[in-house]
Amino acid sequence: MTDFLAPVEEQIAATPPPRRGGGVGRYLLAKLGAAVLSVAMTVVLGFLLFRVMPGDPVTTLNRGRPVSGVELDRQRHDLGLDKPIWAQFIDYVGKLLRGDFGPSYAYNGPAGQIIADRIWPTVLLSGTATILAAALGLWLGTKSAWHRGGPLDKGSVGVALVLWSTPAFWLGLVLMMTIGGWFPSGGMQDPDSPTAFFPHALDVAHHMVLPVITLVAVLYGQYQLVMRASMLEEMHSDYLTTARAKGLRDNLVRRRHALPNALLPAVTQVFMHLGLVVSGAVTTEAVFSWPGLGQLTYEALKVKDLNLLQGIFIVLVVAVVIMNLIADVLLRVLDPRVRAS
Amino acid sequence: MTSPVWQRRRAAAGKVWREFTRHRGGLVGLGVLTLFVFVAVFVPVLVDESALDVTRATGGRLKPPSGEYLLGTDENGRSILALTLWGTRVSLLVGLSATALAVVIGTLVGILAAHFGRWVSTILMPITDFFLIIPSLVLAIALSTVLGGGIGTIIIAIGVVSWPTGARLVRAQTLSVEARPYIERAKALGGGHGHVIVKHVLPSVLPLVFVNTTLAVGNAIVAESTLSFLGLGDPNNVTWGSILHAANSSGAITYGAWWYLLPPGIAIALVVLSFTLVGRALETVLNPKLRERR
Repeated sequence: MTDFLAPVEEQIAATPPPRRGGGVGRYLLAKLGAAVLSVAMTVVLGFLLFRVMPGDPVTTLNRGRPVSGVELDRQRHDLGLDKPIWAQFIDYVGKLLRGDFGPSYAYNGPAGQIIADRIWPTVLLSGTATILAAALGLWLGTKSAWHRGGPLDKGSVGVALVLWSTPAFWLGLVLMMTIGGWFPSGGMQDPDSPTAFFPHALDVAHHMVLPVITLVAVLYGQYQLVMRASMLEEMHSDYLTTARAKGLRDNLVRRRHALPNALLPAVTQVFMHLGLVVSGAVTTEAVFSWPGLGQLTYEALKVKDLNLLQGIFIVLVVAVVIMNLIADVLLRVLDPRVRAS
Repeated sequence: MTSPVWQRRRAAAGKVWREFTRHRGGLVGLGVLTLFVFVAVFVPVLVDESALDVTRATGGRLKPPSGEYLLGTDENGRSILALTLWGTRVSLLVGLSATALAVVIGTLVGILAAHFGRWVSTILMPITDFFLIIPSLVLAIALSTVLGGGIGTIIIAIGVVSWPTGARLVRAQTLSVEARPYIERAKALGGGHGHVIVKHVLPSVLPLVFVNTTLAVGNAIVAESTLSFLGLGDPNNVTWGSILHAANSSGAITYGAWWYLLPPGIAIALVVLSFTLVGRALETVLNPKLRERR
């Protein structure tokens, strides 16, 4: 959510052009190193935020019940809180490596398992929404740059800015109130959802309509503006004049010559803003009771289940870091300027 | 303050303003913002604070708009119009304060990383990149959970997650400014770090910071409404987000109370859109590269 209104043109300029010649291996190593560092920072941040800051976890655990001093000491010992802070940190990292996020008090089970069960719905929802939003945004961005200053450009940029300015949860609530009657407005499937694969998929897709529309609506504007800026950057290039001089139709000049070059920085931006998708998904899931990590966050917040929140925090942040690494590597490999060398 | 420098700056500001007035979107945005600021400042005169008191609410429960309650009532019989008008105050306050915090952190990190380079940059930039890609809402949720409820917490949570874009922009600008010969001259004449940063780098970075701030306030307001909607806000303060939280948790949405849902949301969208329009117009004016393109 943070930087989705940031000046996109600046960000494009900030993306360094890939250099010719070797260094691919070094580039990959640097990216891998940065990702490892980010994961480490996430782990430290998770520890600092949830273990060090909220005062005495034992008090939270007892929820205001009067407990004797001896009992408190026993609980502290059980939780390892009487050890020095560095020893606690090592314990915590060791548990994380084994996928142990501690017990969830609200759900009466291991937090790790509860989180794992909720990952797939979030991947399904945010993945579908990202693909649709990117496709819509890139298509509209190309169109509006090509006809810049025209009614299509002004109209579509205007609509994109308005949708961009609305909070995802509010848009979701408005959709639910207006066209909510035609679609299921909560959950991921009917209680009596058919078990066969295709009817089941159809049922899930039906439940997905409203959340996906919400997410796409708040996300695509970003991609449209990035693509528009990137396309405008290319439109003054000499090779387009050459292509036109060869007598190519306008449509071909756009599709074959301008688009591929403009696409690369734009797609990079799509991946750089995955954090945005996750942020949007959290509130959208909360509104539509989509049983993913976002809704789990909302429920964990209501009962202040810190172990669960810490687990979700680490899982979501690490997931975005890893997705970014994959995107960096893929884009680098796909860039013909690098491949040719 | 009539030194030539100040005359030049005033003349430059006048030019920026004349350029800005040519952008209709920016002017409309500025007009809407002025209206909202007016409401935020004078709301105690317009609507008595007792309209927010649940115990003194006079209207019926969830009544649609009528002559007496222009935008209907909430589940406690309070006027939605009064709530929305009062919500302007804290929503704008949180948006502006959180942005101010983010801008200070971002500008500081950007200038330090670029000016001192080397190890300062090696430490600061990975941190900036980390904060740039992570889902900021998730971090803001974590922060406001462990810090406990309250307006201050929300401001800190939003400020702490919103600075990296600014830091990157400021760093790039500082690097390009410091590569110019007049900085070398200033250093050769004995100008220290403080002198170079305050007298030379800051003035050329500030326009950019200003644009970025304008664009960031909108984000901060959306972030505030989102956190409040998730129940992390201060229940004693009326913000647009907290009104929507009440609307959702009281079941008014399921009941179909559109008059409860629409006003705060439209207010958020209007303010955010206005900040965006003003920011984009300013960006076009202050960035010569963009001036010809659009």
